[in-house]
Amino acid sequence: MLISLFVACYNDALFPETGKAVVAVLERLGHTVEFRSAQTCCGQMHYNSGYHVEARKLMRHFLETFRGAEIICVPSSSCVAMIRDHFPKMAAATDDVAVIREVEDLLPRVFEFSELLIDKLGATDVGAFFPHTVTLHTPCHSLRSLNIGDRPQRLLQAVRGISLADLANFDQCCGFGGTFAVKNADVSAAMLSDKVRCILDTGSEICAATDNSCLLHIGGALSRQQTGVRCMHLAEILASTESDAQSGIGGKS
Amino acid sequence: MTVRVGDAAQAPDFEAAAKKLLRDTQLRRNLRHATDVARKKRALVVGETPDWQLLREAARRIKEHTMRHLDIYLQQFEESCTRAGGKVHWARDADEASRIVVDIVRSHNEKEVIKVKTMTSDEIRLNKALEAAGIAPYETDLAELIIQLGGDAPSHIVAPALHRNRMEVREIFLKKMGLTQLGDTPEALTEAARLYLRERFLRVKIGISGANFAIADTGSVCVVESEGNGRMCVSLPRVLISLIGIEKVIPRFRDLDVFFQVLPRSATGERMNPYNSIWTGVHEGDGPQEFHAVLIDNGRTGVLADPESRETLHCIRCGACLNICPVYRQTGGHAYGSTYSGPIGAIVTPQLQSMRHSQSLPYASSLCGACYEVCPVKINIPEILIHLRSKIVANGESPFSERLGMKAAGVALSGGGRLASAERFARFIQRFYERDGRLQNLPGILKGWTEYRDMPALPRESFREWWANREKKAREKQKGSGS
Repeated sequence: MLISLFVACYNDALFPETGKAVVAVLERLGHTVEFRSAQTCCGQMHYNSGYHVEARKLMRHFLETFRGAEIICVPSSSCVAMIRDHFPKMAAATDDVAVIREVEDLLPRVFEFSELLIDKLGATDVGAFFPHTVTLHTPCHSLRSLNIGDRPQRLLQAVRGISLADLANFDQCCGFGGTFAVKNADVSAAMLSDKVRCILDTGSEICAATDNSCLLHIGGALSRQQTGVRCMHLAEILASTESDAQSGIGGKS
Repeated sequence: MTVRVGDAAQAPDFEAAAKKLLRDTQLRRNLRHATDVARKKRALVVGETPDWQLLREAARRIKEHTMRHLDIYLQQFEESCTRAGGKVHWARDADEASRIVVDIVRSHNEKEVIKVKTMTSDEIRLNKALEAAGIAPYETDLAELIIQLGGDAPSHIVAPALHRNRMEVREIFLKKMGLTQLGDTPEALTEAARLYLRERFLRVKIGISGANFAIADTGSVCVVESEGNGRMCVSLPRVLISLIGIEKVIPRFRDLDVFFQVLPRSATGERMNPYNSIWTGVHEGDGPQEFHAVLIDNGRTGVLADPESRETLHCIRCGACLNICPVYRQTGGHAYGSTYSGPIGAIVTPQLQSMRHSQSLPYASSLCGACYEVCPVKINIPEILIHLRSKIVANGESPFSERLGMKAAGVALSGGGRLASAERFARFIQRFYERDGRLQNLPGILKGWTEYRDMPALPRESFREWWANREKKAREKQKGSGS
């Protein structure tokens, strides 16, 4: 199957390993991955901050870039939520029938990474090996917009060598919220301290999620506080194999 | 018109108020405890209701229908209520509503009123107007009594004294009730309040209530509560005045069927409220002999005029969104500077009063969606918060630095090549801040971030660069094997 990767702007710049991991997993499963280099951003930051003119431009660019792509894989649940929840509304606001149709046509082709693996590709065991203790953070968008359920858990449970620890108050926001984290930095930090406490209580070495934006936030505090816990995108765990473990890739920060 | 929501117009920005409150460790502990208890109780009684989602949808539809025909239902309420012997007053704004109430009290030559909990009264600052007219308002709801005696402001729409714990309440009662000794058990505290209030219940001739529902087809008004003090306020006095926000009207008596299921479960985590008082006009020899319903607009028709956010008016003030909100849990209600706090307050306050006075509120949310998930009438609060933000931006009232940053980001993200250039530029700039692959002291808008968190440095190679190299290598390999 030919799968088009929308890596997400912040992953492109800050977390290239996540994109590489998605490519590795999909290729291991026998699929072909393409990366359309014109891609940029889904427009979430602009939209949520109220800059709807700019967000609409980014939506149009997204539609153009992925025109004709059969399957679009997005390793970021909040971007998927942006596309599913807000593109239709933004398209309707343009009063442009062609754009409205194009969004309608786009939605069934967009998959969050764990959705793609389980729902479309029918793969729960992707042949990963990861001998570490991991707790799973649930991004708000994956929980309430995507209704992602236990898909990420099921994928992790099939990983050999892994030890999974339940995260208390998993349905509580980590306090990122895009520009919220800078506009209301103090409240955001207070929310984050609750999240960090829960993560440390699991005794895990790694906090994983389907969205690096939460992990940027959580990981920022874990690093600042020298907790000895680090963050990893789900895809990076699923991409790990026995040979990675032997070459010591699993333990670096 | 002087539309006002309590003293929100003079309130500091959310960020500033929150920063201060976050340092109050007693408050933080009280909030954690209170919201934990409220969440657990709600989850239990909602979980045992198999048709919960259908009930939410039914409640939403009743409200949507009512708002679409609000003019008709308000007039119908006026007719039914008048027919039953009540008198209906229309108040355009807060001051007019207060004036109506003061005039009624004066017409009876009374100097005291007893009040059952009403947030609308706090919204219009009725107590201040009454006091200015030489009339003493006595709050009888236990939490409102704590607020009044403590010279405090409500921090929650259902549990106004949620920010106080038992020891603080004891302190307030001891001082303000003139007691020499008082235990610290819930029983001792409620007993003190009971003795303090009972005497007023029996003496005062005029009662003031809010309304959970105003029922158009029967002209009835309904108040639900837990203590029974409300029941006394609406049944013992000779004159009863009810403050009713115009969005509180529901078409039919039978609609209570739905709301009596969703409201108590959402508000106090109960299957049913201990006291559900419904009264219709006046009845000779039974209860108040004079009844006034004051229908209050105070900015509500302005909210109704905006199709993107009018569902704000569907709110039944259950407070479930406050209890579930991770922001409210940290700051409590006072940070919102308004009668209405939490997620619903963040959308109600700016819409009722001028946006200029409460522009920080739509940003007081991480948009996590928990409020929408628990709302018993399915108000999409995150969506409305975003809508209000877009109005601020469209009016050119967002901060200059933000506008500039968003513009620049818009340009950088307008094409793959431009994004690649922006990434290279950022990597060049970050060398001045980078230490061991981390950025710990960023300037400008990112300062708030690095005060509490590290930022990873941008890796030397972006994903798109890695991909391009990989493609190049693959092409070369193919060429090599082909020649």
